[in-house]
Amino acid sequence: MIEVSGLSKRYGTHLAVSDVSFSIQKGEVVGFLGPNGAGKSTIMNILTGYLSLTQGKVSIDGFDVMEYPEEAKKRIGYLPEIPPLYMDMKVSEYLAFIFDLKKVKFPKSAHINEVMKLVKIDHVSNRLIKNLSKGYRQRVGFAGALIGNPDVLILDEPTVGLDPKQIIEIRNLISRLGKNHTIILSSHILSEIQAVCKRVIIINKGQIIADDTPENLSERLSNDKSIVARIMCSEKDMLEALSSIKGVKSVTSLGCKEPGSYDFLIEPKENCDVRRDVFERVSSRSKTLLSLSSNQISLEQVFLRLTEAGSYEEARKLLGFNDVKTEENEEKKEAAN
Amino acid sequence: MTAIFKREFKAFFATPVGYIVLAAFYLFSGYYFTIIYTMGSPEVQNIIMTLSTVIVFVTPLLTMRLMSDDKRMKTDQALLTAPVSLYSIVLGKFLAALAVYALGFAPTIVFEFIVLSMVEVNFLSYLYALLGAILLGAALIAIGMFISSLTESSVVSAILTFVINILIIYASSLGSVIDIGWIATVIEKIAFITAFNNFGSTVFSIPDVFYFLSITAAFLFLSVRSLEKRRWA
Repeated sequence: MIEVSGLSKRYGTHLAVSDVSFSIQKGEVVGFLGPNGAGKSTIMNILTGYLSLTQGKVSIDGFDVMEYPEEAKKRIGYLPEIPPLYMDMKVSEYLAFIFDLKKVKFPKSAHINEVMKLVKIDHVSNRLIKNLSKGYRQRVGFAGALIGNPDVLILDEPTVGLDPKQIIEIRNLISRLGKNHTIILSSHILSEIQAVCKRVIIINKGQIIADDTPENLSERLSNDKSIVARIMCSEKDMLEALSSIKGVKSVTSLGCKEPGSYDFLIEPKENCDVRRDVFERVSSRSKTLLSLSSNQISLEQVFLRLTEAGSYEEARKLLGFNDVKTEENEEKKEAAN
Repeated sequence: MTAIFKREFKAFFATPVGYIVLAAFYLFSGYYFTIIYTMGSPEVQNIIMTLSTVIVFVTPLLTMRLMSDDKRMKTDQALLTAPVSLYSIVLGKFLAALAVYALGFAPTIVFEFIVLSMVEVNFLSYLYALLGAILLGAALIAIGMFISSLTESSVVSAILTFVINILIIYASSLGSVIDIGWIATVIEKIAFITAFNNFGSTVFSIPDVFYFLSITAAFLFLSVRSLEKRRWA
């Protein structure tokens, strides 16, 4: 559905996007993840035809965005970072304008009502957009993107500035839309991408540093099998008791997080599952184990580590890819030859 | 194009701008009409010719936010990612401003018919003057629109357009203070007021029509380029 190859965008001397390639199949829900200024919005703006590209090729449903912009644009619903709303219009007027602008062929008022219901703005349809709160404005922008029921939805940080309830609503809406739309979604709120997308493209400094499922990505980084135990006990005794378990590499106390109990970070030796032993050791000492959880790295941490990486090479290395030219790899190759 | 035209036209009346512009036109044309009526010289085209002073002040108001607001409010993202061409965006906006401007001359039609009902006057010369005013407005709106596309601030756009309006309309008085003969002639020829005043006579002057039309076309083209350039920035 979306084909991007060798895409670069240069602002003056600054290379905002450099040699980005990916392809997205029909019906996929893909998340663009990256810190501010990584180039997510630039890529989206190019896909939607708002910005031109410096190099490369972008096609939507087989239509090149530079050669057949109108055909490509017809297939896209775009919600930019700041929703493009005319403050002096009423919600229904604005959507009618977008309807005309997109030259949609559906029955007008029925379609607009349907879209308004979908994003739950039908009760504000007669209010001026400038009088709406940020969350509602965002939804009006979303409605604008949905007008004409385009195959591809490109949503640039769709939940920014919303309250938690609204975030969940929008997220559910995206999940529902994902069943029959191709969606690209950008965010630096990672749980969002984890919740909605089956594929994540991590972008940093204008380059794609990873393109995988959220699960695989967090797995790649988390060789960390440590567990955290919260135990009602005295700190010193338990530290000793836990350290003496076979298969435990190290124990560190994380201090008292709940009155009367202590948290311990237990790092097992390789290929050891020590959870059972921990439980038995605690109960044999007649202490109470309040909780036991894996210290699994969240996507948040994956993301932080990746974007803190100074260069493309460093980031790829963090993910455990060996495709990067490092001295070590070069040597290995030479040795193999 | 019609979607953009409709939106922009309505936007003039969602803000005070449309009302201010029309009020200015109606106030002054009414005032001039009272004068010529009491003087007993029933030439409504003279009202239109005198309105050129109002036009200088009014067109910057019409064009100041036409393009700049889209840039500032990011609404250009809605326009530029919709399946419409840049030409239809620019034309839609231009025609909306021109339509409000043209409405400003609506009372003169009434005045003309009042006069016609009383004495015999040359209706054609009224039409020439009206055509001249529309053409002058089109050229000034196109120029203002181009200026508006260069900035994000409607205030900057308005002031700049106003200054340029004064320069190009009254360049002829500038020409008269310059001693060097050929420069004075060139300025005299360029000045919009010279071409506009030709519409006040009964002779239909085709070169002046083309003069305004080509200036309008040139600045509409530049506005399109200016929009296009933003994509490459």
